Amino acid sequence: MIGTIAAREFKALFLSPMAWSILAVVQLIMAYLFLAQLDTYMQLAPRLAGIAGAPGVTDLVVAPVFGNAAVILLLIAPLITMRVLSEERRARTLSLLLSAPVSMTEIVIGKYLGVLAFFLVLLVMLVLMPLALLVGADLDLGKLAGGLLGLSLLLGAFAAAGLFMSSLTEQPTVAAVSSFGLLLLLWIVDWAGSSGTEGSGVLAYLSMLRHFESLLKGVFDSADVAYYGLFIFTFLVLTIQRMDRDRLPH
Amino acid sequence: MDTNSLIHAEHLYRYYGDHCAVKAVSFELSKGEVLGFLGPNGAGKSTTMQMLTGNLAPSAGSVQVSGIDLLDNPTSAKRQLGYLPEQPPLYRDLTVDEYLTYCARLHRVAGRYIKEAVQRAKGRCGLEPEGRRLIGNLSKGYQQRVGIAQAILHNPSVVILDEPTVGLDPIQIREIRALIRELGQEHGIILSTHILPEVQGTCTHVQIINQGQLVFADSIEGLEAHLHSQHLIVVFRNPPAINEVQALPGIADVEPLGENRLRLKYSGENPAAAVAEQAVTRGWGLLELVPERRTLEQIFIELTCQDVPATSATGEAA
Repeated sequence: MIGTIAAREFKALFLSPMAWSILAVVQLIMAYLFLAQLDTYMQLAPRLAGIAGAPGVTDLVVAPVFGNAAVILLLIAPLITMRVLSEERRARTLSLLLSAPVSMTEIVIGKYLGVLAFFLVLLVMLVLMPLALLVGADLDLGKLAGGLLGLSLLLGAFAAAGLFMSSLTEQPTVAAVSSFGLLLLLWIVDWAGSSGTEGSGVLAYLSMLRHFESLLKGVFDSADVAYYGLFIFTFLVLTIQRMDRDRLPH
Repeated sequence: MDTNSLIHAEHLYRYYGDHCAVKAVSFELSKGEVLGFLGPNGAGKSTTMQMLTGNLAPSAGSVQVSGIDLLDNPTSAKRQLGYLPEQPPLYRDLTVDEYLTYCARLHRVAGRYIKEAVQRAKGRCGLEPEGRRLIGNLSKGYQQRVGIAQAILHNPSVVILDEPTVGLDPIQIREIRALIRELGQEHGIILSTHILPEVQGTCTHVQIINQGQLVFADSIEGLEAHLHSQHLIVVFRNPPAINEVQALPGIADVEPLGENRLRLKYSGENPAAAVAEQAVTRGWGLLELVPERRTLEQIFIELTCQDVPATSATGEAA
């Protein structure tokens, strides 16, 4: 049943030009960034060749590209998640799901997986670019996998937060703006941490960027993975609660 | 409890904040019944229907669908239900076929039966030629039909339709009513409407809800009895004194309506024959003698326009 809802959500994204244009724009920007990064590397490569233990192509091309991709996806993700639940509310189609023999948890998780499937498509298209380097260079596949895992977890977190924001309102634009705000705040929250004042450790821990950065460096810390896992779980539970609240007397 | 009972609602309450939208509504629906739900706007019809279909949780009370408690076991109870809300829940970006197939999956119709179910529902609602059209491009009437198709698709034992004939043209209304009567033979149906003749034309049972409370519940036969009010309208050329008429056997009350017209309230046997006989022998010059029949509309207005809801109206709905 979750699969049915997820498949419908995934297809619905492609029924509007939205998904296509987002895929196209992201791909275009990322291709430009990728080529620019590659260019920089080509200029540095002769000098690096003599140094032992110098950073390789993975560190100098793949990691920065993934780092930039994260920021671009942060801008894009709210546009994808904004209509997932708010649109159903607005068009009054939610009652179809509510009167069908499916639980709220199934509905929310189905929707979430549908969005995630779209992000996966986006991710596959992104990773094709670094993989193209395999033809002529040695990639550190471990680091590549680490970056990819980081990016997937990040997108999972974006989707969960966006879904929650979408459950709060009937207006897709409001959902988009508020999820963008939330994500951006969680992204930059550790800026306060760099001042070294009290409590900065907590803020730094909350930052999505910090956890992503270490995965990007190829450091697999279960704490980072747990952070994203908890993040996703929390927002999904909040979404289910929020959707159930419409039904329950208050 | 009756084993044939498809819906058994008991003491349903629903509060929105402090406002009580539905108060102590209890009723029962059996197989083969078409229950018409009447009430003015904001009386609690839609709220009750939403509670029956699990779209809203009641503040108190219980709903059982085919003996399965909707609150304890929502998933299996909802499998027995088909629901068309006031606004049909349609995805405008899907074609009719895609939409119905999705609905079939949502209602857990087994994979190999989906095509058959979609075909049957389309056939019943006259949607065969529209299968490949986008729902967003269909006219309002056809969208309404898609909504009905969605509600009967998985062959539920209870079909709940919230104002199913709104926005349809007279021919479509007739077709939908015929469809409802046909469905009513094998399913239990609850429908809400503002159109009073629709109830008399399609339903086997009637309920009127006002300010969240059931004020009338009876079968159509019972309603017919209510419609025969205990009144005669008579017109005399030479009207006698009122107390003279009142003295006739069986006449309980006489009310002059002007222009020699009288309304006679009687109790027990219809005294029309006696009245005519007396009129002839006493030379009143009888011009008209008509049993007064109330319309459903009058009952409706009587029940919904008074401040204190009638208590005598909670008749047997079975």
